[in-house]
Amino acid sequence: MAGIIGYGAFIPRKRITAEEIARQWGKDPETIRKGLLLEEKSVPGIDEDTITISVEAGADAITRAGIDPSKIGALYIGSESHPYAVKPSGTIVIDALGIGPEVHVADFEFACKAGSEAMFVSLGLVESGRVEYAMGIGADTSQGAPDDALEFSASAGGAAFIFGKENLLVDVLETYSFTSDTPDFWRREGEFYPRHGGRFTGEPAYFKHVLSATRAILDKTGLKPSDFRFAVFHMPNGKFPQQAGKKLGFTQEQMETGWIVPTMGNTYSGSSPTGLAAILDVAEPDDLILMTSFGSGAGSDSFVFKATELLPGRQPLGRTVRSMLDGPKHYVTYGQYAKLRDKIIVNE
Amino acid sequence: MREVAIVAAGMTPFGELWEMSLRRLFAEAALEAITMAGVDHLDAIYVGNMSGGCFVGQEHLGPLMADQIGMAGVPSTRVESACASGGIALRTAFFEVASGASDLVLASGVEKMNDGADATNVLATAADQELEVYHGITFPGLYAMIARAHMEAYGTTEEDLSWVSVKNHRHGALNPKAQFPLEFTLEQVMNSTPVAEPLRLLHCSPVSDGAAAVLLCPLDQAKKYTDQPIKILGTGQATSAMALADRKDPTFLDSVQLSAERAYTMAGVGPDDIDVAEVHDCFAISEICCIEALGLVERSQAARAAASGLTALGGRIPVNTSGGLKAKGHPVGATGIAQIIEIYEQLRGESGRRQVQGARLGLAQNMGGSGASSVVHILERI
Amino acid sequence: MPSPRYWREVPSRLRLEAARCSGCGKVNYPPRPICPGCRGKESEPVTLSKTATIITSTVIHIAPDDFLFEAPYAIAIVETPEGARFMAQVVECDPSSVGPGMDVSLEFRLIRKEARSGILCYGFKAVPTASWEAQS
Repeated sequence: MAGIIGYGAFIPRKRITAEEIARQWGKDPETIRKGLLLEEKSVPGIDEDTITISVEAGADAITRAGIDPSKIGALYIGSESHPYAVKPSGTIVIDALGIGPEVHVADFEFACKAGSEAMFVSLGLVESGRVEYAMGIGADTSQGAPDDALEFSASAGGAAFIFGKENLLVDVLETYSFTSDTPDFWRREGEFYPRHGGRFTGEPAYFKHVLSATRAILDKTGLKPSDFRFAVFHMPNGKFPQQAGKKLGFTQEQMETGWIVPTMGNTYSGSSPTGLAAILDVAEPDDLILMTSFGSGAGSDSFVFKATELLPGRQPLGRTVRSMLDGPKHYVTYGQYAKLRDKIIVNE
Repeated sequence: MREVAIVAAGMTPFGELWEMSLRRLFAEAALEAITMAGVDHLDAIYVGNMSGGCFVGQEHLGPLMADQIGMAGVPSTRVESACASGGIALRTAFFEVASGASDLVLASGVEKMNDGADATNVLATAADQELEVYHGITFPGLYAMIARAHMEAYGTTEEDLSWVSVKNHRHGALNPKAQFPLEFTLEQVMNSTPVAEPLRLLHCSPVSDGAAAVLLCPLDQAKKYTDQPIKILGTGQATSAMALADRKDPTFLDSVQLSAERAYTMAGVGPDDIDVAEVHDCFAISEICCIEALGLVERSQAARAAASGLTALGGRIPVNTSGGLKAKGHPVGATGIAQIIEIYEQLRGESGRRQVQGARLGLAQNMGGSGASSVVHILERI
Repeated sequence: MPSPRYWREVPSRLRLEAARCSGCGKVNYPPRPICPGCRGKESEPVTLSKTATIITSTVIHIAPDDFLFEAPYAIAIVETPEGARFMAQVVECDPSSVGPGMDVSLEFRLIRKEARSGILCYGFKAVPTASWEAQS
């Protein structure tokens, strides 16, 4: 069996409130708060990107795993905001973390599912015995066009998971992937902001894939929602994962811990992985955890995890998601946000 | 070694000289010196220049400048040591004459900073690019760090810094060649725009164009060119760690102390013998650190020296009677020679309203980077 | 910044690799062929801690081109427990609150980028430990 032997997360400290964004565009903040269940979102600093978030999350994952980083044989980063269009993010991350050069590295993209994709492939390589350890990262500094609904959610952060076969903190009991060609959300090469199909992102995209993948993995494992202590679904906004969970038979209590979107926002490829990290921060031995990601385009990866007795001892070795979400925050104005997110045209 | 004298000097006004190019600046200063001495040939030329390449895209200043003054054929060499380029050009010329290799050598400095280049970026090339500039430090930033460390260690205040500027502008107001020949009040200095905390705009020397040149010859031939030659009694140069972080004590400019010790030893004099000094006040804090390291003022008195009048005209040891880099201007490559010219004129009694009466021994200290280079000259009226 | 020049410094900039002089014990960061303290040529590799104390600092208001969007920003000389001193920006705080004696943690950040098309240059910046501790 293979599973997670170390994990870490990182969330930038800057925040912008839904109210501040709404005011900019003359929208009613209550509609956002109640309609999308979004209070605020994380904003990357001018010096934070997918690579820096990956390094910070990865460093905590290595500390929690307690392994020699040079033994990590594969590293994959899933993101919609790789800082380079051509040139891997992963090479910078391995060099910063002391991994390699004997390592397989790739940058993944599958909209918001790229992070769980990196985890899935890492797990597979470890299970097959191809590599001893593999790190899968989901991280983003998500883009949302000005005055688009996405602007209220697109945020920054991510989580890293090291997979191995021994000294597991979390066992992976099962995986399942469900994929179809569904153009609900996209960003063309060279374009700055993604576009989406509005309500088409709902039923035929998010819900179809999340529900199908989750139902299938429950079937495959013979588990029922009530067997789980925690569940986390991809969080494009506050409402979708709640609705999906309810339809599947999960309770608010099971979803609460991983449901970090109201104050973090949608961290695209980092969304459900960071939700999972928040769960691992508090999970106890033998807890069952369900995670289902969703990436537009579209697909979902489902995982069933089981915490081991090693997990509690490793939790305090790194930053917790909750401490970063609730910890010192620096609120920015829309003007500062526009500057930080490169929305202001300047002379070069 | 032969004894060496300065027999002539030439200098452009310092300032934003829009109509003057790099070569024109040099020619004006050089020709003034050459004409003053009435010479028709030179044995060698040294051109102090920090960054013709970055400021105006012009390197290879040796032959360019020789050619501009009708001296093609004469050995001509550009000397670079950041803002100490001028002082070290003089030192190089001094040794060429002292050694007996040459009898008539022009030591000059020139900088054209106002020609469109980003002066902040160009000046930062004098700091450690990999360890300092990479992280976004600027030159005012480096001196601001020295200032903050000085405040922390010795209780130096923003007011102390500001008095240096007030004093030097009072001096500069008497200098017709100064870029800013005007006085500022303490309040104006302390309320000027922040540049790099705790340094404000009026704690910083300006971006300037200018050139300066002096003519050197053996002392025993000096009377051929002037009735009042000024002897170069001592020269000393030193370096320190390039990066500020690599110095044991960021408040102490050890290269300044070392270069001064060497110059004092060569001259056979001590700091108490000095009547007038030009020191490298690129920022207000540098004057405080330099007068300490030069031994002109006790460490405990250095911060208050400008406020107390110790270093003002009429004080015990007048410092930067020219207005210093602050008021006179700081065309970086020319500064070291311009300092020499101020001392040269002071010792000849030609400084008019800013004359230090009876000045016999003068010191000029010129510095590069955040103090990684320092060169000190001691001049004597004979 | 030309990419070879950036690439060459990766071990020290991205991994805080330094060298402890076998002769005098001085930690040189980045490593050098000869110790500036004692001119010893033997050294052993040491990785710097990601904690440090500020020796001196400033707040840059007039910034170089590549840092215009960041001004005003705090920048400091910091010293790690190993005794290595180096320059680092201090972020995630009010720049005016930064000063000598402050404890900081080092965080991986984008340090500079060349316009829209040049390479991205990474390294470490300092974050006041007080705000860090409040988080963990």
